[in-house]
Amino acid sequence: MKETAYKFEDKIAAWHIGIALVALFLGTWFGPLQALEHAGINLYRFLAPGIQSYYQGLTLHAVLNALVWTTFFITGFFTYIFPRSLKRNLRYPRLSTVALVLMAVGLVMAAIPLLLNLATVLYTFYPPMKAHPLFYIGLTLVVVGSWVVGYNLYFTYGAWRKENPGVRTPFLAFAALITMVMWQIATLGVAAEMLGLLIPWSLGLVQGTDPQLARTFFWFTGHPLVYFWLLPAYVSWYGMMPKQAGGKLFSDSLARLAFWLFLLLSVPLGFHHQYVDPGVPAGWKFIHAVLTYGVAFPSLMTAFTVVASLETGGRARGGKGLFGWIFKLPWGDPSYAAQNLAMILFALGGISGLTNASYNVNLVVHNTTWVSGHLHLTVGTAVTLTFMGITYWLLPKMTGKELWSRKLALAQAWLWFFGMAIMSNGLHLLGLRFAAPRRTMLGAAPYAAAEWTPFLSEAAIGGALLFLSAMFYFINVLATVFASRPLSKPVEMPVAESLTDPKLTPAWLDRWVPWLAGTTVLILLAYGPILVQLISQAQLTSPGFKVW
Amino acid sequence: MSPQVNAPHLEVDVYEKRWLLLSVVLLVLFTLAIGLSSFAYGIQVPSPEQRVNPNTVAQEGPWAQPGLRELAPGKYEAYVLAQIWTFLPNTITVKAGSTVTFYITSKDVQHGFQLEGTNVNLMVLPGQVSKLTATFKQPGEYRFVCHEYCGVGHHTMFGKVVVEP
Repeated sequence: MKETAYKFEDKIAAWHIGIALVALFLGTWFGPLQALEHAGINLYRFLAPGIQSYYQGLTLHAVLNALVWTTFFITGFFTYIFPRSLKRNLRYPRLSTVALVLMAVGLVMAAIPLLLNLATVLYTFYPPMKAHPLFYIGLTLVVVGSWVVGYNLYFTYGAWRKENPGVRTPFLAFAALITMVMWQIATLGVAAEMLGLLIPWSLGLVQGTDPQLARTFFWFTGHPLVYFWLLPAYVSWYGMMPKQAGGKLFSDSLARLAFWLFLLLSVPLGFHHQYVDPGVPAGWKFIHAVLTYGVAFPSLMTAFTVVASLETGGRARGGKGLFGWIFKLPWGDPSYAAQNLAMILFALGGISGLTNASYNVNLVVHNTTWVSGHLHLTVGTAVTLTFMGITYWLLPKMTGKELWSRKLALAQAWLWFFGMAIMSNGLHLLGLRFAAPRRTMLGAAPYAAAEWTPFLSEAAIGGALLFLSAMFYFINVLATVFASRPLSKPVEMPVAESLTDPKLTPAWLDRWVPWLAGTTVLILLAYGPILVQLISQAQLTSPGFKVW
Repeated sequence: MSPQVNAPHLEVDVYEKRWLLLSVVLLVLFTLAIGLSSFAYGIQVPSPEQRVNPNTVAQEGPWAQPGLRELAPGKYEAYVLAQIWTFLPNTITVKAGSTVTFYITSKDVQHGFQLEGTNVNLMVLPGQVSKLTATFKQPGEYRFVCHEYCGVGHHTMFGKVVVEP
């Protein structure tokens, strides 16, 4: 019982999500290897010469899980929900094919040097460490392909708008559009880094590069990158989960306002990743610190609206009292449970993120394992566990088959929750108390002290639970796709209605021009002068190094 | 019912209004806290110091002879050169109560420099000079490590400040 109205879109979406799942699967294997290495059990020696070092494994883990899994899942998810939200096919099917081919070809191009140990530069690829040119060109193609996914959504929206003048954009389509526009603007930084610095340099067309300028371009994209990961999860939390909970979106207006604020504020704050960089004036860092507090505001809005929306569900299901509604939420539904658990850990990840972003407080935690703990709560849980939860309804809907095992899926979600709580607690404490460096082969570090051991072991235990959870997930995914029974009744895409009538949402929350203009002005103010200064003073003095 | 209720308007629930107000107050307090700590108490993040040529920095200029320079009793400058996978020098010895200003640069790839138990936490970039100051009140050994991935030997790159009584 598959739907046929969006046959083409579904096929494209299935490719994106299929690639995403393969990337998550492959990347996941390195997680426990890292955790065990930290606990003194080095399994990398058994992987040679396939994987030649801890750092090659680490690069693969981050590229596959943080970049490939997220990006391909997001482009697939949006390709799936966007036409359904507008009740209209994509405007230019061929554009979707072009986008998919660009992304897939780029991925293969980047994968070759990664697997051959020619691009062991971690996912931040800071120069003057120099990877094989295919790595940079491949990643660039993946990004360009993701732009083209966005272009098809914009064209489709334009056509829908002409057919439906004056109608409020349905929320899911609206939120997906904002996410893709934000991504388009944000990735101009990494595009400048790749095209202006790294690709010509790796091809030998220019002799040197400027590491400080490259970092600045990178983090222009690097922070909004995390919002590119997070906003699709918010799309589900705002626009789908209330329905799954049996309730309604608490406020249509404020949900939309939150997304506009993310567009406005996601980009002009990249220096909060560069507080301890030598070449950026402290004043600019402070400005970006204040703007970072600004972008915390729509996340705090989200905390209220989403919880209030879920509460309407819990109460509709008979929940009473101040907290009684929580127990009435559909905890037996793995799609719901996974996402709700993701949300709970995200609250903690948000707090550690505010710590990172707090200007001079960053001196305490910068580049320590605290940051790895933070990243695993955010992209590793808020995003990843939410996407897993989405697949628990999406895969049955796409394949026309029942989820193979609900119980295994529930166990998976809870294991991820506890595994991540344990691992990230160990990593946070290790960074905060002992300044243990992140992205470091700590099991082999001569300076690792005995008092680190309990925390490293804690992280290893958490990592092992996470690996078990990931295996539960993939068993369920494979069994659903290849071995499950047909659906007993059709699965609906969850689309939350709003408690407030979207017709009463002010028109300024459905107009692009003022928000895009505001975004441009803010970016020009927060980045323009300093970028002009860094570019005009650039010194292409650093030759490339292969140090792995 | 007034006609306005049916016209589009931004309606905010009373509890949500309070939550949002609280959020704003919280974020303003955070801003004041970091402003106060950095400008009144001088807990500063690094700012541009000078540019150098990473290809010649090990041969000429202060990093050709890395190490301590005493400016006055108990007041030092430390010129540290980061390279794969060592700090030059990797041991710095001062008396308790000394103030040391670190000037660090790299002659090859990006490195990091975090000095345990202090606010000294720096990215070390080729072509740039990273500068921060620490005062060592308590005697003991303060470990510093490279915290930015710099190749397969990254985890072996560290040193210490020995503070003598």
